[in-house]
Amino acid sequence: MSDVIIQASNLSRRFGNFVAVDNITFEVRSGEIFGFLGANGAGKTTAMRILCGLLAPSSGSATVCGYDVATQSEQVKLNIGYMSQRFSLFDDLSVWDNISFYAGIYKMSRAQIKDAGNTMLDKLELSKYKNRLVGSLPLGWKQKLAFAIAIIHKPQLVFLDEPTGGVDPITRRAFWDMLYAAAIEGITIFVTTHYLDEAEYCDRISIMVNGKIGALGTPLELKEQFKVLSIYDVILALARGEEA
Amino acid sequence: MQAFISAQGLVKHYGNTLALDNVSFEVYQNEILGFIGPDGAGKSTLFEILTTLLIPDAGEASINGMDIHKDYGKIRASIGFMPGKFSLYQDLTVQENLSFFANIFGSSIEENYHLIKGIYELLKPFANRKAGALSGGMKQKLALCCALIHKPLALFLDEPTTGVDAVSRTEFWDNLMQIRDSGIPIVVSTPYMDEATRCDRVAMIHNGRIMKLDTPDNIIKGYDGKLLSITCKDRQKPKALLQNEAAITSLYSFGDALHISLNNTDASTLKLISSKLEQGMDSPYQIKEVFPIFEDCFLQLMGQMKK
Repeated sequence: MSDVIIQASNLSRRFGNFVAVDNITFEVRSGEIFGFLGANGAGKTTAMRILCGLLAPSSGSATVCGYDVATQSEQVKLNIGYMSQRFSLFDDLSVWDNISFYAGIYKMSRAQIKDAGNTMLDKLELSKYKNRLVGSLPLGWKQKLAFAIAIIHKPQLVFLDEPTGGVDPITRRAFWDMLYAAAIEGITIFVTTHYLDEAEYCDRISIMVNGKIGALGTPLELKEQFKVLSIYDVILALARGEEA
Repeated sequence: MQAFISAQGLVKHYGNTLALDNVSFEVYQNEILGFIGPDGAGKSTLFEILTTLLIPDAGEASINGMDIHKDYGKIRASIGFMPGKFSLYQDLTVQENLSFFANIFGSSIEENYHLIKGIYELLKPFANRKAGALSGGMKQKLALCCALIHKPLALFLDEPTTGVDAVSRTEFWDNLMQIRDSGIPIVVSTPYMDEATRCDRVAMIHNGRIMKLDTPDNIIKGYDGKLLSITCKDRQKPKALLQNEAAITSLYSFGDALHISLNNTDASTLKLISSKLEQGMDSPYQIKEVFPIFEDCFLQLMGQMKK
């Protein structure tokens, strides 16, 4: 049994009368690619914000990288990486300024930033665009850069919120190659997506339905459990179950 | 049949960047024309020109006989446009947004309610919620209602389902089919390949040019070569084993499978591939010939562009 890196126990979050996250319990194992699926409004973003230490749970508890999200949120933040589709990079800063800004936030020293930043740019073949404004880069490059920056401080765990939204099929596949490479280096990947082919690329997936975890397992286990051939049909079965 | 929307030789530069390079096409009254292509291909520029928000450097376009240069006022009053970025008023409620858009077009919700009924029923429970507080799928449904409420002559939808979950996307497209069948032609762009197959015709756009424009069926029939699909537990493994095989033109992950594109599937090629797999694979796998899907065609076209 591998180590547990995220442990959520009876986690709930209410906004007024609305229960966004409803008593969820699950764990993510160290080193896995964990897909966090669910319909718009199912509670994914709220759950993710709690796990990142950005939002306090109303009840229940969670530990991330061994730290309690409610009482040790600063330690949680220093040990994770985070990338969202929209807000990750500053369009009006250069590639290098974005790198040093984020690395600085993660308390890396100037020498470390210089070293890690240059290695990263070499790997991405972006060295000659060091001084280009991020806003002028194609979306595919931006996304790769955003991911590399999200893991520049070598976190144990990285949260990715719809990292491939609106991206073409070739760029999406290239992005997933990067995720695999990071997973091989030992970084746990927690990712949300609406592309169901990407759900199949995960080691395990959970599907949130109305604030609860409706299903959790490997993609193959879920298809067998619901006796269907695709993840789309698993989601459809869960949605129908909810209506009935 | 007379084209309802027509574009001839559209060109647009941004500085030195050529965003649209001589784009021509037609859209007929009873069809959904889909534009697909990578980010930066020129899709949004094209939508902005057709909706008269941007003036092309060269070229002509018309909608139901109205010219984008001369008749821009008439065009704006009679079409529906859903831009790629959510553009409704976040601090107005669902109901208020809808009334607002009906009113500025001199219409009312009651007058055209039949057009949006199917979609709006789902939004009704949230009628008094602020648009900014809706989930992604609900926002897109509201934006579609607002684009439809004045009974437009034609609908322009720029990536209406980006960020929308899979089930909501299916419903959204069911709505689009109904709208088309009511006589409103639709021009739509999408990054989702499964949606391309729901269009009547698809234009593949790359670097500002239309590379291919045809029905999804014809595009799939035009796939060049044969496809094998491998399923196994560790997908990276066959990929690594077959990566540098000369007979293979491309290798792409497809959900739980790996698609291998070949120029032909003659006995010697198949034998070569199976012997490589036999030697290298340490867990069971299945291999079979499959028909390409739209995404295979898109990947092939993009691959050819790169060369």
